[in-house]
Amino acid sequence: MTAPAPDGALVRFAREVGATGPVAVEGGRTRWDTGGDPAAGTRLLRAPAGIVEHRPEEMTVRVRAGTAVDELHDELAATGQRTALPRRGGTVGGALAVGENDVCVLGRGRVRDAVLQVRYVSADGVVVTGGGPTVKNVTGYDLPRLLVGSLGTLGLLAEAILRTNPVPAVSRWFRAEGAVPFKAFDALFRPSAVLWNGCTTWVELEGHAADVEAERRALVAATAVAGGWSECDAGPVLPPYRWSLRPSELRRLHEAAPGGPGAAGGAGGPGEAGEAGGHGASIGEPSGLGELVASIGVGTVFSSRPAPPRPPSPALAALAARVKHEFDPGGRLNPGRSVDPAGSVSPR
Amino acid sequence: MRGRPVSADPLVAALCAVLGRDRVRDDAAERALLAHDASVFAGGAAGPVCFPTSTEEVRAVVRIAASHGSAVVPRGAGTGLAGGAIPLGRPVVVVTTKMNRILEVDRDDRIAWVEPGVVNLDLTKHLRPLGFHFAPDPSSQQACTIGGNVANNSGGPHCLAYGVTSQHVLALDVVLPDGEVVRLGGLDAEPPGYDLRGAFIGGEGTLGIATRIAVRITKNPPAVRTLLLAFDSIEEAATVVGRVVAAGIVPAAMEVMDRGITVAVENFVHAGYPVDAGAVLLVEVDGPEAGTALDAERIAEIGRAGGATSVRTAAGEEERALLWRGRKTAFGAVAQIAPSYYLHDTVVPRAALPQVLRAVYEIAERHGLMVVNVFHAGDGNLHPLLLFDPREPGTLARVHAAGREIVEVSLAAGGVLSGEHGVGVEKRDYMPLQFSDVDLDHQNRLRRAFDPACRANPGKVLPSGHSCADIQSLERLPAGVWA
Repeated sequence: MTAPAPDGALVRFAREVGATGPVAVEGGRTRWDTGGDPAAGTRLLRAPAGIVEHRPEEMTVRVRAGTAVDELHDELAATGQRTALPRRGGTVGGALAVGENDVCVLGRGRVRDAVLQVRYVSADGVVVTGGGPTVKNVTGYDLPRLLVGSLGTLGLLAEAILRTNPVPAVSRWFRAEGAVPFKAFDALFRPSAVLWNGCTTWVELEGHAADVEAERRALVAATAVAGGWSECDAGPVLPPYRWSLRPSELRRLHEAAPGGPGAAGGAGGPGEAGEAGGHGASIGEPSGLGELVASIGVGTVFSSRPAPPRPPSPALAALAARVKHEFDPGGRLNPGRSVDPAGSVSPR
Repeated sequence: MRGRPVSADPLVAALCAVLGRDRVRDDAAERALLAHDASVFAGGAAGPVCFPTSTEEVRAVVRIAASHGSAVVPRGAGTGLAGGAIPLGRPVVVVTTKMNRILEVDRDDRIAWVEPGVVNLDLTKHLRPLGFHFAPDPSSQQACTIGGNVANNSGGPHCLAYGVTSQHVLALDVVLPDGEVVRLGGLDAEPPGYDLRGAFIGGEGTLGIATRIAVRITKNPPAVRTLLLAFDSIEEAATVVGRVVAAGIVPAAMEVMDRGITVAVENFVHAGYPVDAGAVLLVEVDGPEAGTALDAERIAEIGRAGGATSVRTAAGEEERALLWRGRKTAFGAVAQIAPSYYLHDTVVPRAALPQVLRAVYEIAERHGLMVVNVFHAGDGNLHPLLLFDPREPGTLARVHAAGREIVEVSLAAGGVLSGEHGVGVEKRDYMPLQFSDVDLDHQNRLRRAFDPACRANPGKVLPSGHSCADIQSLERLPAGVWA
């Protein structure tokens, strides 16, 4: 009564991976540099592709890792649904292996929260299932979350079951010059995105038409900008690098911005790393960010400059190394690539 | 406590040296008390019981236990229903209830740092006036702790829209089983490295002890609508649940209660539940005003089209609270029907709910048992309560047999073993029904990475053939005897 056996495509993929020699999977190469290039001599494979089963009434979709994210979204859109995977090219497996969230993560949800089940090929060449097919499940350890963002260093993703969500009735973008983006964020109940580039603020509002209109009015009332808010087709073009900050750190960015309340004094300062050893979370001087688009309430900053390295504490590094060793004792999965490389950035 | 003699047991003496004698209990009564949790399983055997108040003290306790070759079992309020906090093999029991401070609420980061012993509902009561709440709301929320919620990745009625605990925890300070302290996750948008935060949550105390937890705080919805729909049969109610979701509506909660439990609840809280209905469906939608009203209207329409004999909308906060009090006290109300019950927790696809519910009633009838159903229908999360009198000879064996069949029927319908209670000892030996040997081996690899020496809550989650050598060190396993 265990989960249905992997089908032929997954079994063939496992056979291709085999049990020896360095191996990695390539998808759309849209995030290929993330974590570093695989070492020379690494055999490159492609994961099986195809949407296996979309169950709109369950709000789930079973999809193979090699499927294009665009193809998945097109399939879901036909029944008025979508997933948290960012729509920017590439494959489902690649998006899960990298684990980056959509720029509108507040509305679409986090990628790792959308993964209900994973099937991956292990370092010894067998198909492993983690998680379960239902929208709620706490049976056993959470291997799906461990695999998301692991860059194919613990197992090679072959298939996943993802949670889907209804596409809201209305999605509208608005922009204004000179608005305080935090006032916009605080005034709104559940914006899908509030983005700010140092002078312009963009907001995406989604939901029932009347609610979106009410939220728009709340936005106008809370920010009181001279030129007002205008509707636009989309948000801003995003610079290529991602910095991961605390949402509160963005206030310091705002204070340090030209014309901002604290422009003369600059900003920067310590991050949140507390008494326990985690990643050094201090990002340093906001002035180092260059051209930027900041996601208010989230903390992601899209920048023209790479983020500085954030090495883990020794205790966390040791734990991560034990995880890697347990799942890939011979180091054959994506050798040369690491989830803790010199920095946490990837060219977009 | 000054008069208490220093223990001759070197482990207890070492613990007392760190915590003081008043925060290390080793008397038979205290150990017997903590040998159980809220599950129906027979108790285990607790070793010294410790009440630390800081990360440093937890670390010291864990290190002392390790140096004496003793296992460690963390414990919050002990409300778990899967036996996850039952101590096996006389481990040191680390009770977190004295670590119960809300350390910080940061509205910019939308987080609260809390200690693991903070009671779930206390956190939400603290946050409400600030315009926020903690979304996971298990039925035990008046007693259960955030640390326990983390250990079990707890849910509750409102996780249909808001998600279970893992979606609401950003970072944790964890004392690993070797005494190292690490911060997992972070408050920033996308912390680098493996998602060890995600892997830790739901680990049922087998991966370490969380001593500080950064939880996400959720904005209170501007509008809430609560509806109570009555149906002639539970199958009709379950079918309507599927239709609501298929219509593209994700309510905050959708709870079904069958006739047996509805009658018991109505006798208990007098909320005006229709006692002549075959089943009732409690639905809550929240969010901005207009959409909430629209969704409530559509749900009522879908309900009527699906056979609802009445649709009642709570007129205000008082009526809403009353309807929820009925749902949240349902398990207590069962005492009117039978002296004991065994609460199952499986999940099936929503579309399979009608057929699986039919099977649950058939199974209970075949085994001569009474069953009532009250469950998170929106998630497909079943909670059949098998009612019985433990004094009646032979009943326990029938409850066991019926329980296993419910698990098997759920899995055969494409479901899973547990939606929110966890595996603990209850479903540990059922794990091979859902996972292959290879799958379980990989789960064990994760556990070994955190706990190479198998000192953290041994004997839980993974069946003996698949967990590291922990089982061999136990004095005894729970007998599976019903309390």
